Formats: sequence, C-alpha cells, structure tokens
Amino acid sequence: MRSGVTIFPGSNCDRDIIVALKNITGKAPIKMWHKDIEFPNLDLIVIPGGFSFGDYLRCGALAARSPVIKSIKNHISRGGAVLGICNGFQILIEAGILPGSLIRNKKLLFTCRDTMLEIQDTIVSPFLSGLKKELHLNIPVAHNEGNFFASETLLNELKNDGRIAFKYIKEINNDIDYNPNGSSNDIAGILSKNGRVLGMMPHPERAINKLHGGTDGLKFLTKSFEQIIG
Amino acid sequence: MKILNQELYNINKNEYQAQQISTLVDAKGMGLTEDEFHLICKKIKKIPNKTELGIFSAMFSEHCSYKSSKKWLKTLPTIAKHVIQGPGENAGVIDIGDNLAAVFKIESHNHPSFIEPYQGAATGVGGILRDVFTMGARPIALLNALRFGSPTEPLTKHLVSGVVKGIGGYGNCIGIPTVGGETNFDQSYDGNILVNAMAVGLANKDRIFYSAATGSGNPVIYVGAKTGRDGIHGATMASTEFTDNSSEKRPTVQVGDPFTGKLLLEACLELMSTDAVLSIQDMGAAGLTSSSVEMASKGSLGMHLNLDLVPTREDKMTSYEIMLSESQERMLMILKPGSEEKAKLIFDKWDLDFAVIGEVTKTGRLILDKDGFEACNIPINPLVEDAPEYERPYEIIQNKNVIKINELKINYTVDEILAKIFQNPNISSKRWIWEQYDSSVMGDTISSNGKSDASVIKIHGTENSKSFGKGIAITTDCTPRYVKSDPINGGMQAVCEAARNVAASGAKPLAITNNLNFGNPEKKNIMGEIVGSIKGISKAASFLNTPIVSGNVSLYNETNGKGILPTPVIGMVGVIDEVENCLEMNAKENNTLVILGQSENFTEGWVGCSIYQEIENKIIDGAPPPVDLEKEKKIIEILLKLHTKKLLTAAHDISDGGLLTTTCEMLFKNNLGLNLNLPKSLLNSDGKDPILHSWCFGEDQGRIIVATEKIDKVKFFLENNSLDYFILGKTNASNNLNLNDMTTIYINDLKNSNEKTLPFIMGQHE
Repeated sequence: MRSGVTIFPGSNCDRDIIVALKNITGKAPIKMWHKDIEFPNLDLIVIPGGFSFGDYLRCGALAARSPVIKSIKNHISRGGAVLGICNGFQILIEAGILPGSLIRNKKLLFTCRDTMLEIQDTIVSPFLSGLKKELHLNIPVAHNEGNFFASETLLNELKNDGRIAFKYIKEINNDIDYNPNGSSNDIAGILSKNGRVLGMMPHPERAINKLHGGTDGLKFLTKSFEQIIG
Repeated sequence: MKILNQELYNINKNEYQAQQISTLVDAKGMGLTEDEFHLICKKIKKIPNKTELGIFSAMFSEHCSYKSSKKWLKTLPTIAKHVIQGPGENAGVIDIGDNLAAVFKIESHNHPSFIEPYQGAATGVGGILRDVFTMGARPIALLNALRFGSPTEPLTKHLVSGVVKGIGGYGNCIGIPTVGGETNFDQSYDGNILVNAMAVGLANKDRIFYSAATGSGNPVIYVGAKTGRDGIHGATMASTEFTDNSSEKRPTVQVGDPFTGKLLLEACLELMSTDAVLSIQDMGAAGLTSSSVEMASKGSLGMHLNLDLVPTREDKMTSYEIMLSESQERMLMILKPGSEEKAKLIFDKWDLDFAVIGEVTKTGRLILDKDGFEACNIPINPLVEDAPEYERPYEIIQNKNVIKINELKINYTVDEILAKIFQNPNISSKRWIWEQYDSSVMGDTISSNGKSDASVIKIHGTENSKSFGKGIAITTDCTPRYVKSDPINGGMQAVCEAARNVAASGAKPLAITNNLNFGNPEKKNIMGEIVGSIKGISKAASFLNTPIVSGNVSLYNETNGKGILPTPVIGMVGVIDEVENCLEMNAKENNTLVILGQSENFTEGWVGCSIYQEIENKIIDGAPPPVDLEKEKKIIEILLKLHTKKLLTAAHDISDGGLLTTTCEMLFKNNLGLNLNLPKSLLNSDGKDPILHSWCFGEDQGRIIVATEKIDKVKFFLENNSLDYFILGKTNASNNLNLNDMTTIYINDLKNSNEKTLPFIMGQHE
C-alpha cells in the first residue's frame, strides 16, 4: 500500500502512525510536510494526532489552511482514502472535508483513557467493511476537544446516510463516563459521503501490540488497509 | 566603564540607567547580602554597574549557586560503572546497554507554581524537557512529584486544578507521555506547594552533548523563542521566602509555549544529528546569564556577546532585562565555524529564531555590548568559582521515641479503618489527575499511572524477533512525615521505597535524580533536615549501588516563617531487558499472595508515623519505621530472581497504609477476593484488637507482596535463600476480603471510595 502521513509543526503522533503503517504493511509511508504540495499518487493519507500549530486559534484551524491540504483534497477527489485521527479529525472538519464541529470536552478537562467503540451500520467504507459489526473495539482517546457537536438536522442526516462510523459504548462496569467528552449521540468517528474519508477521535495506533493492553487498533488498521488496496 | 553624555542619555534612557554604578541598596534589592556585595566588588576590582550586579545576583542566588547545600551535595555518591555523566551537566546520563543511554533529571518549579499554577507548572515541564534534549536525548517520559496543602483549604483546589492543567498543557502538546509520579496533601504545604517535574530521555551513548564552551573564536548562537520581559529575576524570587504579598511577584513567573517547545525540540535534535554542534546549553533559570556564564566557565574560556543581536519580543529592552529574562524555549549553542548556514536552514524550516550573537574568547571574561556601549565586562571565574558556599549551622533532630500499639487509643474496627484509608486523598486513586495527562503518546508506554509500582516505557527501536525490546522503569518517591521525624532514616526510606518500586515492576534499579525541597536553610533545624536527609540518601544509594546522577535543590519553601515538611524526592530509573516481562501490581484470580520480608512470627507492626496512627489518633508522632539496608537489598535481589524464573504474576511494595492496604490495592483491578491467613496468635482477635491493627496497618519497611501461580516453587526458593515470608492466601472471584470469621471487607466498596475521593475533593464527582 502506498501511504503518506502529513506532518504539521506540532504534530506529535506522526511517528506512532508511521510505525503502525510500517509494521502492518511492511512499507514505510512517505512524510508529507505541511508546506509541500507535490506528492506521488497514494492509496491512503493519514493526518495524525497532535497539536498542529499549537492548537492556536482553534484546533486544526491553521493546519486546515496549509498548502498540503490542497493535495489532500485532490487525493480525495481522485477517490483516495483519508484517515484523520484526533487532531487529524479536527483538521478534516476545519478544512470542510467532514461536517460538524469538535468542541471542548464536556468536563472542560483533557481526557486520556481507554474507550470502547461500537461499529455502526454504515455506507460502504474501506475502513469498516472488513470488520464484523458485532465487534467492539477497545481504543484509547487523548484529547481536549473531542466533543462532536452538530445540529439535529446534521445528526439525523449522518445517521440516515450511514455516516456514523463509531459510537462510544458502556463497558462492562456500566461506566458513567463511557463517553469521554460528551459528544452528541456518543459519536466517536464519522465518514465522508463517499465513505472514503474517516475522522475519529480515538487513537488506533496506540493499541497495536499486546503490551499496549490491547490490539484492537491493530485489528482495525489491518482490516482497513486490506480493504483500501482491496 | 565609559562615561555617557547627555545626547546618548536621551537616545537610550533605559540603557543609561542600566549602566549606572550600583549601590548596596541595589544589591539588597536583588537578594544579595552586604558581605556578598563587598566580595563581588573585591573580586572584580570595581563597583559593578546594574547589569553586572544583576548577573552576579542571579548567579549567587540559592537557585543557581546551591550556596547552602553545595558542601553537602558534594558528599552524595555519584559514581558507578554505569554512570556516564553525574551531576553538573544539564542532566545525568547512565549506560543502559546496547550503546544506549538514559538521560534524566528532576527539577522543581515550586515558587512560580504557587504564584501562577498553570504557567508555573507548564514551564517546569518545559524546562526539564529542555534539560534532557540539550544533552542530545529525545525525551520519552515525564513524571511529577506534587505536594499540595490541606484538601479542605479553598486555595488547594485552585492550585491542584491549575498545576494539573499546566503539566498536561505542556506535556500533552509537546507530545511526551506523562506516565507517573505522586501527589500528596498536607497542611504544611498550604503556603508553599511543591511541583517537581522529572523527564527521561534516550540517546546514543556516543552522541551525548555537553555544555562546556570550546574553541576561542567559535560562534555563539541563540536559537528558539524571542526574549521578552517575563521571568526577570525568577531565580532570585525562587530563592526567598514568601510573605502575604507574594502574589505581587506574578510578573517574575515565566510563560510557557509548548508549541515553540516542540519546534525547538525537533530543530535541536535535527541539528544534533549533524556534526555542527560543539556545545549547547538551555536557557533555564537566570536565562542568558547562567547559560553563557556556565558554558564559558566549564570551558575555562570567555564570551563576548552583542546583545543588540539577541532576538527580542519587545522594543528597547535593556541589557539588564535581556540578561535576566527567563523567557522560555531558548537555547545557546556553540557551533563548528562554517556550519552556521546549514544550521540556520534547519531553524528556518521550523520557523524559529536563529542568531549569531557573539563568539567564544580566550579572555576568561564576560563582555556584553549594547547600543554601541560596553554594558558588562566582568571576569567569569568569580561568578562561578567564587560563588559563596555557606557552612550553615545545623542540628539533626532524630525522633527515637518508638510508639507501641498499646499507647494508641483504638477507636475503629479494621474495616472502618480501611474505609478511612481509601477516603484519604494521600492513598486514594489519582485517576482524576492522571486522566488529564496524555500517557500513551509515542506509543511506547507499557505501564503508567499505577498499573505497576514504577511506570514502564518500551525503548523504541530495541525490539527484535524474540522480544519487544528493552524497557525503562521510573518512579518518584518520598515520605515527608518520616523525614520530618528522622531526616536520616527518612532519606534512606525514600531511596529504598523507590528501589522497591522499580524492582516490583520487574526492573533492576540503576540510578537516582533527586529533588531536595526544604524550608529556610538559615534555620538550624531545617539545615539539619537537609544534612540528615542527604546523609540518609547517600547511605542507601551507595549500598544499593544507585548513584545520584542529577538533581535540584529548592530551599526557602516557607511562608511567613512556616516551612514545609522536608521533602527530598527521589526519582529512580531502572532497566528491564525484555519489556514484556514487566510486572503489574494487579493480582489475578487463583494467585497466592506472599509477603516477602515478613516472618510467620511477626505480629506487632510499626505504628509510629503511620497513616494508621493519623486515622486512629489524629496525630503523626514518634520514630518512623527503621530501614534495614541489608534486608532491602536482599528482598530486591530475591524478587528479581523469582521474576527471572517466571514465578510471579504481580508485585506491589508495602508502604503507606501497611499490608492490608497494599493487599486491597492488588485485588481492585480484577475484582478479586481473598480469605486472609492471619498469624496464629491473631486468629481469635476481634476487629478492635490492637495487635491485629498493627499487623494490618503497620508500616514496617522492607516488604513486598508478590502474587504467584506456583507457590511451591516460590516457597522452595525463599527457603533456600533464607528470606522470611508469609503466605496471605489465595485470591478468588468473590470480591470479599475475609479476615477471620468476624470481619468481611467488601473490596468493591473500597474500590469505589478509592476512585471517588479525589473527584469529590475537586468538586467533580457525579
């Protein structure tokens, strides 16, 4: 698989997803510096987590206006797949590629913890069609602004169009804080209209070996990559 | 000094004022004593101008000169085969095999965090990270040792909230995982909180960078953020007591920018991967002053800088302000001549300032130009070599009064005490705090925030076909109430507990960084606490072969004459060869729990200075539990051997709250229960039996509880090695801890209060 990982000043999960991509596909992704615009054709672009431009102004707002975004939009118009994780999700929204907004966590605190995700019934998407629907994924979050917020109309539209990818669900202990940020309808990730762009707050690259306490991130990424080159 | 005429005075009034001859009144205003002022005049053979005096006052501050503690710091053990760099550099460096080095240090940001908790804590994290990457190491983990005042004080909530946000604000953004530490509350910290941040980095053993200047004529480079008027005289502020008006010192607190910190980290490491950097020093306390002076001093050279070339954030900054500013995210470097262009390209890429501001000289003097004038011309030697070193009078007070259990009034039953223990914020879960820290960024965190006794990080790039690779285990520890009662014993205990924690996570303890937090050293008893705990730390660290390789001293933690509990924090680092073999503290079902280091005959536990004593009798009193170094060393060796034989599933050291508290903690995660074995003589005791209480909650040292599926093999090994042990029983799925027929403890209830205590204090409970 030909993949690329964008790097903005302040990206800090770039190395983690590069390691995951290399381990899973056997091939290192190219690094896409935010000021660059010329790239070879790719199957997948990952926008990693972090604090691009220090999260100044609004999370993802400055990164969404970087030169590299134009290349990403071209890639999408060619039908390419894009995965935005955490700050990457925020950037996709700020760039107008995905709808809605991500606002401060309900408790106004940065939150880093494991979450349990339920896969939703979606339109055809390379990120999800390889996974069994009844599978629950244990993947950690770490963010300050992950509270997905949208109008009722948009929320209904996302639901009816099968564009809600993941929801946070209760774990075994009926944890009252199962939704780590208060996001509407417990949404953890959404898809673009064509299903080929996924934005998600949880970090699958942080659950890729048994020492992380789980390998659900590996499961998710492996199946996604299989489908993308499918 | 050149005489300025009226015309020039009009051009730059500020600079003119900075050039003025200083007076004794100025010196006192900057925290210098009369003797120190006269010493300066004598050594530099003139009366200093205000810029020169400012430089002296910063370098002579307690924070930079260690004038009260130096004599004693020199007695710490700092040498071992595995030590590459001991104290004196930006951070300590140890050899961890495979051509790799661990680079680490702990540093306090106590005074600024009290005045402005968010920025104080954030810049504490930023500063310690720079200390580590200045050495050429990529930071891989952060920890914090925090001490706050009484949880019922309204100010405490504000400080906890601000400090935690500040630590997270910097660490999360720069993308280094915050993996552990400790947080305690005691009213002695009401007016002086402690914020000690520790960072660990990883470097190639042969690519360590040092700060000594080299080569007369080599260019001196300023990189990073611009210099502003923030944090001026921060080091001096951090070297005095607080009064009621300390909030007026807010302008002396620096402001952190983790985003620039991240850019500086990446740019420096990128440059360091070339051969351009000869030496490098971060601008921490006392900013450009201490960095330039220390670099020149270590290289026995001089430095000539043109302050007009320093990138500034504000107009018309004087030489005094530029030299004393503590603006963050700045570095000073000496480059190989001719490599400036190459280096500048890297800093341009990361949008950071890069300026050649002067050169290394042979003169041994610090010469500063500003606006065409000589703003400073002083010899460097007196700034460092002649910095005062005081032999302050001291008295080590050791409380030798052994409190026996029958001296206490028994008010509660065993289960009531346990409930109170887990409602005590010093014991209860710190989840509310650590969930605000990104503990998993970088993807190498194996164990963080209490999953094991020490946090464990995988060493990136050491994995092979057989193993996930090497791991590093890190902990911070100190029990201030023990140190208060007996500084020597308390110092030893802190080292031993840290070593036990590292070993209980499956790692071999290797070396220490320490943060010595005390009150006013001009008081005899406080100086005694400093000297005593250094003696204790030295003794234990030598015995365990875990030398001190870096550290920091924070004195004058007093407000209106009231000092903090003595708090010499030990940060310890150890190594695991195969990181998949790290040990958790959580027992699994059908594990047998065994106490290492406790005999069958042991019944009366040590209650002096214990949490139990505080709960029963609202007092902390008497001699703290004694420390037996031979036993501590043996227990660590045996634990690691048992683990090498793959006989253990979990381990947890017995500390605050004694063996029953430790046992409960091991049962929480997997919702387990246990029918607890009691010593024969306690079998028929009721819930208020004093001896039973002391057995359950005594804080005798040198004990670790291990969990095993292979009890016979463990017993055999322990008997062969003549180590005392006591079998507590086998875990089950019942979720009940049965003490005898009379007492059943509901683990789930304790687990709930363990989780709810801190959110309740912070007003964030559901």
